[in-house]
Amino acid sequence: MTMLQFILWSLLKVAVVTVVMLIGVAYTVLLERKLVGRIQNRWGPSRVGPFGLLQPLVDGAKSFLKEDLIPDGVYKPLYILAPILSLGCALISIAVVPFGAPNVGPGGVHLFEISDVNIGLLVILGITSIGVYGVALAGWSSNNKYSLLGSLRSSAQLISYELALGLSLVGVVMRSGSFNLRVIVEDQSRLGMLTWNIFGGMQFLAFFIYLIAAYAETNRSPFDLVEAESELAGGYNVEYSSMKFAMFFMAEYANMITVGCVATLLFLGGWTSPFGKLIPEPQNILAHALFPIGWFVLKVFAFLCLYVWVRGTLPRFRYDQLMNFGWRILMPLAILNIIGTSLWLAFRAHM
Amino acid sequence: MHLILFLIFAVFCLAGAVNLLLQSHPINSALSLIVVMTSLAVLYLLLGAEFLAAAQVIVYAGAIMVLFTFVVMLLNAGREEQTRGSIAAKTVGFPAVVAILAVLASVILKAQGLGTASLVNGITSTVEVSKVLFTDLLLPFEVTSVLVLIAILGAVALASRGNGDQGRTVSK
Repeated sequence: MTMLQFILWSLLKVAVVTVVMLIGVAYTVLLERKLVGRIQNRWGPSRVGPFGLLQPLVDGAKSFLKEDLIPDGVYKPLYILAPILSLGCALISIAVVPFGAPNVGPGGVHLFEISDVNIGLLVILGITSIGVYGVALAGWSSNNKYSLLGSLRSSAQLISYELALGLSLVGVVMRSGSFNLRVIVEDQSRLGMLTWNIFGGMQFLAFFIYLIAAYAETNRSPFDLVEAESELAGGYNVEYSSMKFAMFFMAEYANMITVGCVATLLFLGGWTSPFGKLIPEPQNILAHALFPIGWFVLKVFAFLCLYVWVRGTLPRFRYDQLMNFGWRILMPLAILNIIGTSLWLAFRAHM
Repeated sequence: MHLILFLIFAVFCLAGAVNLLLQSHPINSALSLIVVMTSLAVLYLLLGAEFLAAAQVIVYAGAIMVLFTFVVMLLNAGREEQTRGSIAAKTVGFPAVVAILAVLASVILKAQGLGTASLVNGITSTVEVSKVLFTDLLLPFEVTSVLVLIAILGAVALASRGNGDQGRTVSK
């Protein structure tokens, strides 16, 4: 296909995925408020629409209409750049995530992913590493002691848990032999639920390490001391108002969704159904395309509910406990997982 | 297409490098260096080295430059003072640099048998990189890991000596 066709198709896919992602972010906020409310034995937002479903629209309108303050002593270029960097990195990493099964559409275009790169997993890890700058620069440029402390603590937390995150994914990569996310999912599709990497691939330790590291990477409970409202008066985003604050907020939830997508692809079998070949493939081409997307969305939704459940239940870590946990417990466990997986693979290769 | 991308990202790279020298606040220089590192990653990708491009972003732009940024933020380095500079240095310095670059360029352009590094259509997969790394280049790989271990031990020793006994009480 020609360069022009490729660019037009890519723009269309980017537009659709970004819009869906932003709507997903808005409704994830609503999901969290309602679920945390039910955990705490109260209704969440329930006045605005049926079951509070129009709440995100009203929240968005409120955000736009708030006054946008820029305090006097801030370092303006970085103050404005930081939320852009945070939200940009959160939205870019969805570009390599494949979310549906049939690979090629009309004219040779990949219908269910924006780009199919051989190093998809490394791209996601790289974008996560760049996202640390949004937090670090926000705190420093705010010209506020509490912001600086909060952003430094957050950056240290992020780079410490990036290590455990990356190491926990090495076991999956060793099993599939590729960094390409589509290849990793197709590798898990033989027998339905039994060959998902978490069960048949025996990566349950890696899954739990990934889960914990992902909670730390997205600054969510129980690792949310960065935005611990009672400790640091808000942390790195205390000097931000209105749209810039909303951008940090959206970046956090977009990161949650991306992390859920990656966990689904690597450990829970992506878009493959848990019943595998027991249910025959639907012959209708529309159902054949939509069922895998449905399974993918269901798994990501389950992951998000797990996130919110943990937030509503567990108390938060103290800072030294957090660093201790990341370096002295999670990292050795992840390395043990790599050693175990490689020994198992070598044993299987020799038999 | 490769040539257009090469030109765009080479311009970004050079602009970032020049900006690093011209900025007076060190945080702007650090951010310009990040732009240089990411442009280099794209240039590696254009040469077909996909794993190296990803490693450049993850390691250099994502970890080492974070360290630089921390240092600039914590030391609270202000804007550098602009001194006036000596006219003698300018009259001798710029022509000398141009002369050295001209000599280097002529030597490199005249040399034979250097091989080529061209913008390619094929991609060196991670499997091929790892095969070479763990068979032909095993000794440099192991020596590098020992080097990194020495650096880690040195950093821990320096940090713990600086704190005295204060660094130990928190973890109990």
